[in-house]
Amino acid sequence: MQWKKSGLILLTVLMAIVMAACSSDGEKTTTTSGTTDGQAATDAPQEIVVRVNDDPDFLDPHKATASISYQMILNIFEGLMAPETDGSLKEGLAESYEISENGLTYTFKIRQGVKFHNGDDLTMEDIQYSFDRLMGKNGGEKMSNSFDNVASTEAPDASTFVIKLKEPNSNFLYSLTGRQSAIIPKSNDGKHNENPIGTGPFAFVKYAPGTNLELKKNEQYWQEGLPYLNKVTFAFQSDDQAAIMSLMANEVDLTSVPWHRVSEVEGSYNLSHQNNNSSLIVTFNETKAPFDNVKVRQAINYAISKADIIDSVFAGYAVPLGSNMSPAMGDFQKKGLESMYERDVEKAKALLAEAGYPDGFKTKITVSSHNDIYSNIAQIVVANLQEIGIDVEIEVVEWGIWLDRVYFGRDYAMTTIDLTGRASAFEVLNDYISTNDSENFFLFKNEEYDKIMADVLKETDQAKQIEYYHRAQEILAEQATAVYIADYQIVWGSDKQVTGLKSYPFWFHDMSEVKFSN
Amino acid sequence: MMYILRRIILLITTILLVSIITFGVFQILPGDPVRTMLGTEADPTQIENLRSELGLDRPLYEQYVDWMKGLLTGQLGNSIRFSMPVKELLFDRLPVTMSLAGLTLIIVLIISLPLGMFAARRQNKLSDVSLSTVTQIGMAVPSFWLGMMLILYIGLQFSFFKISGYIPWTQSVAGALSTLILPALTIAIPQIAVNFRYVRTAILEQVQLDYVRTIRSKGMSEQNVMYKHVLKNSMIPILTVFGLIMAEVVAGTIIVEQVFSLPGIGQLLITAISNRDFPLVQGIVMYITVAVVMINFIVDVLYSVLDPRIRLR
Amino acid sequence: MKQLQRYTKKINLVIGLLVIVGFLLVMIVSFFYTPHDVNAMNIPEKLRGPGGAYMFGTDEFGRDIFSRIMKGTQTAFAVGLLTVAIGTIFGILIGGIAGYVGGWVDEIFMRTMDALMAFPGIILALMLVAVFGPGITNTAIALGIIAIPAIARIARSGFVQQRDSEYVLAAKLIGVKPYSIMFRHILPNISSQIIVAATVTFATAMLAEAALSYLGLGVQPPNPSWGRMLKDSQAYLIGAPWYTYAPGGAITILVLGLYMLSNALRDFMDPRSKS
Repeated sequence: MQWKKSGLILLTVLMAIVMAACSSDGEKTTTTSGTTDGQAATDAPQEIVVRVNDDPDFLDPHKATASISYQMILNIFEGLMAPETDGSLKEGLAESYEISENGLTYTFKIRQGVKFHNGDDLTMEDIQYSFDRLMGKNGGEKMSNSFDNVASTEAPDASTFVIKLKEPNSNFLYSLTGRQSAIIPKSNDGKHNENPIGTGPFAFVKYAPGTNLELKKNEQYWQEGLPYLNKVTFAFQSDDQAAIMSLMANEVDLTSVPWHRVSEVEGSYNLSHQNNNSSLIVTFNETKAPFDNVKVRQAINYAISKADIIDSVFAGYAVPLGSNMSPAMGDFQKKGLESMYERDVEKAKALLAEAGYPDGFKTKITVSSHNDIYSNIAQIVVANLQEIGIDVEIEVVEWGIWLDRVYFGRDYAMTTIDLTGRASAFEVLNDYISTNDSENFFLFKNEEYDKIMADVLKETDQAKQIEYYHRAQEILAEQATAVYIADYQIVWGSDKQVTGLKSYPFWFHDMSEVKFSN
Repeated sequence: MMYILRRIILLITTILLVSIITFGVFQILPGDPVRTMLGTEADPTQIENLRSELGLDRPLYEQYVDWMKGLLTGQLGNSIRFSMPVKELLFDRLPVTMSLAGLTLIIVLIISLPLGMFAARRQNKLSDVSLSTVTQIGMAVPSFWLGMMLILYIGLQFSFFKISGYIPWTQSVAGALSTLILPALTIAIPQIAVNFRYVRTAILEQVQLDYVRTIRSKGMSEQNVMYKHVLKNSMIPILTVFGLIMAEVVAGTIIVEQVFSLPGIGQLLITAISNRDFPLVQGIVMYITVAVVMINFIVDVLYSVLDPRIRLR
Repeated sequence: MKQLQRYTKKINLVIGLLVIVGFLLVMIVSFFYTPHDVNAMNIPEKLRGPGGAYMFGTDEFGRDIFSRIMKGTQTAFAVGLLTVAIGTIFGILIGGIAGYVGGWVDEIFMRTMDALMAFPGIILALMLVAVFGPGITNTAIALGIIAIPAIARIARSGFVQQRDSEYVLAAKLIGVKPYSIMFRHILPNISSQIIVAATVTFATAMLAEAALSYLGLGVQPPNPSWGRMLKDSQAYLIGAPWYTYAPGGAITILVLGLYMLSNALRDFMDPRSKS
């Protein structure tokens, strides 16, 4: 009796599977709606699936801080200014702007006829609200430190917005992009995270945690004719190796390609190389012996082979660096510093001996497990430093522990990490390094450097700014502040029909001009 | 009745103990949820704001007591990482993991039952020996590697299969199967070996019993002996193993969901742990524990139905 | 028929033993000799195919995969044996006391074990590794803790069965101390079951270490660990397939050997299959 029953169940299940398999062909078209394969190209649906490693931290643009979030949500939000692919700025929601002689008053002419995704017009009230919210003047908490220097904001008429600063700051315009100060509607107060509304080319549809973020075309976008895509889906997939296979299986249209797997997709997919504008460094806790000794730091610089790291970890897809500044920043970068410490084991040993460590020493390198590149780099560091007698132990910890212990706790000897790219040269050099900066986790301290970073803010002439920046980079190299390894490229692999991808010197998947062409 | 009551009390203590263990481990676990979430870009203002907004500046035991209070009223609290109710996150992902586990069980059943019966009938012949060796290889392969191999050699070769993401049953049955078959196979392959072995042994044990000899001697056909009597009586021990396998399957979904980017409970748990998202971890752990304990409970009850002797103990 | 039966049982035993003795030999050799230095990098020689100077090819740093597989046996046995040691010692203690004492002690101990078991092993391992820190010893401690409940259960049921047997009652009567009864008299009687469980624990520890490596934790580089090598090789699945087959094969063969051995031991001990 019982056996008969279970037999029956078994049979039913088997039949269900067979039936499902048979019906698969008929239903297949509906399941692939999110992707585009060869046949669908004729009536290109203009829907793209972009693979991203992780969920956004927040959709509320003022709350979000992780670069992964902006990579996606900058398609929803805009600021008064907008980033350009070469690292400069152009007008965004502001049509034009003027800066007063003394560098204190910024007057913006606001574009007319801009609509939020909910259909409301962009008004001065919304702009005022957005800045008040960031500065904590709405009664809420302050949400950003970027506007501490703002003395006042006002809207004298329906198309003008004025920001007055306490002190001149040549870098201030960079705080006005969608990343730093997105303009959001006042009417949506309290719901910016659940139902984000902006003015960008794409509007929020749905966020499924751990799965995807769906955006749709903003039909009323102020830039005539844009965007082309009807739908953008950011699909979250943490495994890089699985992601490249998803590209091969046509399940995603755009993903980063692991460097060693470029050859597998070359030819059948479009590849674009983006200089990440980040600087991958091996650094030290500079208050701790022996790393407080500049000679030890220089010795390590001479011992570590950038070429080996670039070759084996990045399969050659990286540019060597000599300071924090990547060649992606154009004239701001001081050239030639990358060859200041050509690999020289003898010189390294000599420097180490001069510093009082003729037989080397023992130390530990603490790296995060969230990306394999860090432990891979650490392995090369271990092999390289062994040659000059430094015995390094690798400690791999979770990202959360790394942040706690190394980045915030500063309880470490050596580590390796990539410092995320910034659109502004000032931020590239100031963040993480200057003693004024709370993020200076390698505790570098140099008076000349701090003075340069303070002075450059008062300088309005760009040529002179560049001089300051060049000197700052020289200091970083001379002081062997870190081992500046490389700016690695991100290789984007995309469906052959996808055109209009733009790459910025920071993480942003700009979908506004992307389309599928035949 | 007493038996069931006792099992329910057991279930509650187990859940309580699991939640205390999780809590205890979290007490000593290094890492901070807010910092992990905001990464290196966060400025101290934002970290402090978020911390107090989430109530994370309170001592952990207070958070635990709050969590327990919520639990009694059916609330699981809010996830730190995703700033939404844990319940919502769980219910969104439950269908994925349940479907995966269900499909895995079906695969284990339809492969291991006939194989086990076949092997038992050809006891110690070459085919029996080689079958048990081959199935054991399945147990010895690390699951993420098996998953990758299936993607490479099956997923990429046949366009029917999807190697990432999930399509709900309600949207398309074929779609759901195309996303679930490969991960289900990955979990099923090691379990097939376990179940195969048990089916084979259970049948062999029955065959040795006196009643089989008696009915055989009465001239009943070998087919009839096998299906009418032997298999039916072998189901009891096989059922016990199935409880164990279910627990293994639930655990197996964790790594496999990661490999196939399936948005299920297991993947959520990995995210929750690495983000130190205490409310979410507690919520998921609750779910998994209840599932595992419930499965054992159902198996035990079924067992007592099939074999009345159990109830007497 | 009988002859064949004995032969098939032997197949599990023979293969199982061969595999384990084979790896043990490799491990002993690896202490004194590997064809290449296991950690020496030679980037220009990276990702060479098998053959020539490199029997299994080279990895992304130009290290010899064969030498690393050899050296990896040390890691495998260190992790496996340490896990087994922790799991069995504490498992026997907890299960033994629970089974022998009974009553509420039994309830408390075994319910805690149930709770630990209800927890998916890999998740507990992940959390424990976060607490203890990574490395061979710490990984083994984490995996050992996870192994405790299963062994405790086996030990408990063994102790419960033996507790009321005549020889235990007799020992009690003549005033033998409880710990002496437990460990001198009962334990030897259930040791065979424990050995089987320990073999399985060794095997699952190998697989768990690989899973931890997949999640980026576990044994630390540059220590050669098969799990870590397997994870690293995922990036070269198509371009350099030999890289993945070497550690994958090593894990599979060792685990298979352990499972076969445990099955053989179980069959030998099972009184019913002796008939």
